[in-house]
Amino acid sequence: MSLVELHAIHKSFGELEVLKGIDLAIDEGQVIALIGKSGSGKSTLLRTINGLEQIDSGVIMVGGNKISERDTDLLALRLQVGMVFQQFNLFPHYTALENVMLSPQVVKKQSKVEAKEIAEEMLAKVGLADKMMHYPDQLSGGQQQRVAIARALAMKPKVLLCDEVTSALDPELVNEVLAVVRKLAEEGMTLVMVTHEMRFAREVCDKLVFMHQGRIHETGDPEEVFSNPKTSELASFVGGLA
Amino acid sequence: MSEFTLWDIVYNLLLAGRWTVLLSLTAFALGGLVGLILLMIRTAGNPWLVRLVRGYVELFQGTPLLMQLFIVFFGLPLIGLDVSPWVAATLGLTLFTSAFLTEIWRGCVESIGRGQWEASASLGMNFTQQMRYIVLPQAMRIAIPPTVGFSVQVVKGTAVASIIGFVELTKAGTMITNATYAPFTVYGCVALMYFLICYPLSLFARHLEGKFRHVAR
Repeated sequence: MSLVELHAIHKSFGELEVLKGIDLAIDEGQVIALIGKSGSGKSTLLRTINGLEQIDSGVIMVGGNKISERDTDLLALRLQVGMVFQQFNLFPHYTALENVMLSPQVVKKQSKVEAKEIAEEMLAKVGLADKMMHYPDQLSGGQQQRVAIARALAMKPKVLLCDEVTSALDPELVNEVLAVVRKLAEEGMTLVMVTHEMRFAREVCDKLVFMHQGRIHETGDPEEVFSNPKTSELASFVGGLA
Repeated sequence: MSEFTLWDIVYNLLLAGRWTVLLSLTAFALGGLVGLILLMIRTAGNPWLVRLVRGYVELFQGTPLLMQLFIVFFGLPLIGLDVSPWVAATLGLTLFTSAFLTEIWRGCVESIGRGQWEASASLGMNFTQQMRYIVLPQAMRIAIPPTVGFSVQVVKGTAVASIIGFVELTKAGTMITNATYAPFTVYGCVALMYFLICYPLSLFARHLEGKFRHVAR
């Protein structure tokens, strides 16, 4: 049984159908990259996995349980599926430490001591043990994104969704964030990421999913897919990047 | 005819001024409470309730405060509720205040980016938790200057209650003028007292702004 299963997911924004029947299984420990042109539906797909976008039809199963659109189901889903955003979305009125501590305390009702311990551990893991008392606007983009990763990890999700986590960063800050993601992958974290970092995807991911016009157009082992694309769309997408 | 000293005038205005302060505080506190409830209803997003709140806000923003007081004061007796000027003024100003505060605060809440809602939702927070820990603390700082600015409007708005016979600062000024025939002196004192109430409010707003240094830049 896969950790997360998507069956026949359809989603429209008004007249525009952005997801036209998506089937995807995410196994435990798998690292999946979603690639494709902008407008291909990859970010929308990612956002359906934790219920930030409501689907029009289809089934989302997490750990074998079907997720309905009831609020309690959504909250339960989000306890298992963490997310990191392109724009970091740290809470500007809390320090790095408080950003990471907040949800374990408020949502999981952990004690302050317990939450602090986890937060410190997670911030150390992303290399920010010395920045815990800083507010987001005192941190660089790369540091903010690493805090955001620590914040998601503190909830101990089974899957972490990464939505173009380096796209808003200055080029020299990209690597420090990718290094953290790579470490998570190596530790066996289940990751689904929308990314434009093709080399990174090729090196780190187990599975590549190429989206085109709202469908999964081609999928497979990254090495295989990159060196031997079966469809002309993927060939031109990969070629266009080189 | 007796003589009135300046102290007599000021003393009597101060006595009446207590009612202006009390009416302002009551209207602001109750209006703020109702406004907060309406804000929650509006932000939570049930379409029918949102429409209802919007209608309420538009009704009170689109009619003069004076008419609202008249309707409360003369309308409630028609359905068998006899209200004193104090109750009518409090009720009228509360409704008025709540409508404006809801609208001011809604703007502040909406200025908090979608990313903050999405990030907190992704961490498993429900609506109440998102409001309490993420949105309201940030919206509050943005809300302070317009809210305190509006509280000054409430203080000045209490003058309207003089029309329905509630003896606050302005009504007392009129009564004292009728006895002293010294309108310039009396209304000068009245104006000064309003200023002495309102100016510290503005200073307070500035002080609070500095306090939340790290919220929502």
